[in-house]
Amino acid sequence: MKIAFTTKGIDWDSIIDARFGRTDFIVLYDEESERLTSVDNRDIEGVAHGAGPQTAQKLFDLSPDVLITGNGPGGNAAEVLQRAHLKIYTGAANMTIKQAYEAYKKGSLSLFE
Amino acid sequence: MGDIVIASGKGGTGKTTLSTNLAALLAETESVVLVDLDVEEPNSGLFIRGTETKREIKYKQIPQWDSSACTLCGLCQRVCNFHALIKLGKEIMIFPQLCHGCYACSDLCPVEALPMVPVRMGETRRFDLDKLVFIESRLDIGEEQAVPLIAQTKGYVKDTFASYTYRIYDAPPGTSCPVIEAARSADLVILVTEPTPFGLNDLKLAVETIRQMGNPFGVVINRYGVGNDSVDQYCETEHIPVLARLPNDRRAAELYSRGQRIYTELPAFRSELEKVADYIKKLSGSKR
Amino acid sequence: MKEIVVISGKGGTGKTSITASFTVLGAPTLVAADCDVDAADMHLLLKPDMAIQEDFYSGEVAVIDPSACIGCGRCAQVCHFNAISRRGRTYEIDSLACEGCGYCSRVCPTRAISNHPEKAGQLFVSTTRVGCTMVHAKLGIGSDNSGKLVAEVKKRAKALTEQQGKELVLVDGSPGIGCPVVSSLSGASFVVLVTEPTVSGLHDLQRVCELIEKFKIPSGCIINKSDINPEMTEKIVTYLDSQHITLLAVLPYDESVSRAMIAEKTIVEYEQESPIKDQLKNAWHRLGDFLKK
Repeated sequence: MKIAFTTKGIDWDSIIDARFGRTDFIVLYDEESERLTSVDNRDIEGVAHGAGPQTAQKLFDLSPDVLITGNGPGGNAAEVLQRAHLKIYTGAANMTIKQAYEAYKKGSLSLFE
Repeated sequence: MGDIVIASGKGGTGKTTLSTNLAALLAETESVVLVDLDVEEPNSGLFIRGTETKREIKYKQIPQWDSSACTLCGLCQRVCNFHALIKLGKEIMIFPQLCHGCYACSDLCPVEALPMVPVRMGETRRFDLDKLVFIESRLDIGEEQAVPLIAQTKGYVKDTFASYTYRIYDAPPGTSCPVIEAARSADLVILVTEPTPFGLNDLKLAVETIRQMGNPFGVVINRYGVGNDSVDQYCETEHIPVLARLPNDRRAAELYSRGQRIYTELPAFRSELEKVADYIKKLSGSKR
Repeated sequence: MKEIVVISGKGGTGKTSITASFTVLGAPTLVAADCDVDAADMHLLLKPDMAIQEDFYSGEVAVIDPSACIGCGRCAQVCHFNAISRRGRTYEIDSLACEGCGYCSRVCPTRAISNHPEKAGQLFVSTTRVGCTMVHAKLGIGSDNSGKLVAEVKKRAKALTEQQGKELVLVDGSPGIGCPVVSSLSGASFVVLVTEPTVSGLHDLQRVCELIEKFKIPSGCIINKSDINPEMTEKIVTYLDSQHITLLAVLPYDESVSRAMIAEKTIVEYEQESPIKDQLKNAWHRLGDFLKK
């Protein structure tokens, strides 16, 4: 499975970004290959309107199965993510990517509907 | 001459107090239409008790995706400066809240797969009360763009009430786009302020804005007496006419709180208000 | 880190005066953010030093180069915002009316139209006269108050709060119910609603409550100038009860607030006795209790 995270950095001990639309990075962990890759989203800062859908579009192109984030996506972004058919888990704010992954495996994150 | 816009840099200075009382006073002798352009929070209607004679839903134009005609070229996404359209796999997604209605995507689509369609954004209502007509436009909650509704309302008023002597517009507070749209092409802009540091600070911002727009303008100082004379001094230094100084009177606040007219109850208020009316009449007289 | 956002549906209720008072009361524990970017006033009471000033860009504005313009008028035909008009032999764009959609530049046959990033305002990071940091901004004239500048102010304030090891961001929110307010509210731990007992105060309070209900943030209300209409105050109290909104304070109409403002002080610092000083101090303590839960 491919797991995506909204983050402030690109290593296992980077902190999860609570926001979706204006997250600094999207980190993707491929459980099969055990590889960590990332997308730099920081240019979203220049976007006045529509940050959520723009970021969601980037995520869509990565085809993750799961998204782990802090607060969850806003309205517009959520609409886009629906089409990606992925499961979204919230409640990982302030954890490191490693901790968030472990929490997800343990089932202690909340499912976003 | 006949289009008067009442604005203020800051909210809560007395725009609605002035516009409703002034409209009522002028309507004693002339035909007047009062228009509430504060479409996010229209309040004037709380003070005007007329009979509702018309209610219309107002629409903005938003592109709609025709999947059968679309070739997924993605041009629409590239020409939208507001990121209101995105191409996601085999679908074009549209975000109506982000759309500014520029028509670029629709007109430039090579296969005409994005016709513009009307989508509800709010309502306009008309109320009649003797010689005074009151028009209120209200944006639906969640709608983000005030400018299209303000523009449409002004268009409707200009067409329908061209023969009326005065058209008075209660503008939204502040100095951003909606205010610019409301104050555009006004014959006179009246800036309402209060004689306090907050009032002066925001008056300066409003003056900067109106000067850039070029409309003739004057100032009305509300709650005169509650603060100091820094606003008077500023207006004198800047050669800005002060049209009236509405007195600070607790009774005025009480009447306002109940949605009642002030000038009919407080003679001191009335005599100041009449100065505004006289100024307007003189201005229209000299323009003929 | 917690966030208190003070809003009022309607302008002029006393939101900024109250937020400034809270800033003074809580100065050592917080970073203040003035998100009322269209008509920022908090600086008048807190005397920030504007140590850092940054230009803020948002959107674009189109400009026609008259030497390249052949006067065909295609641009004016496609502009839906009435921003383009003829001037002599060429066309020109009213920058205040231009929305920055870029359509005109795409249809100009001689490429006479260019799009420039619009300086939409300025952001400031300051130390106030009461010692705490304040992030504030000034929106440019005719700018699109999209909420982006508000978001920027909040982001900076939060980052500084973390950096300084403070516990609280105190936000003077935008009036109204549009994007800037939504942007002010995002991430709030508690919302303080300031209202006044007038027909418009209640009306706008209800509109704002509709908005914040969606966000499910706990909120409290301060009724200002309560004695100008005791009946209306009662109505508001009943309404708040029905919405499960805590009543934080009921303040009487007090002109010493204006006198304090002229003396460039908040009411809680003003020497003269005032009925609202203690009420505001109480309200601030109650807020502190709420946040501890």
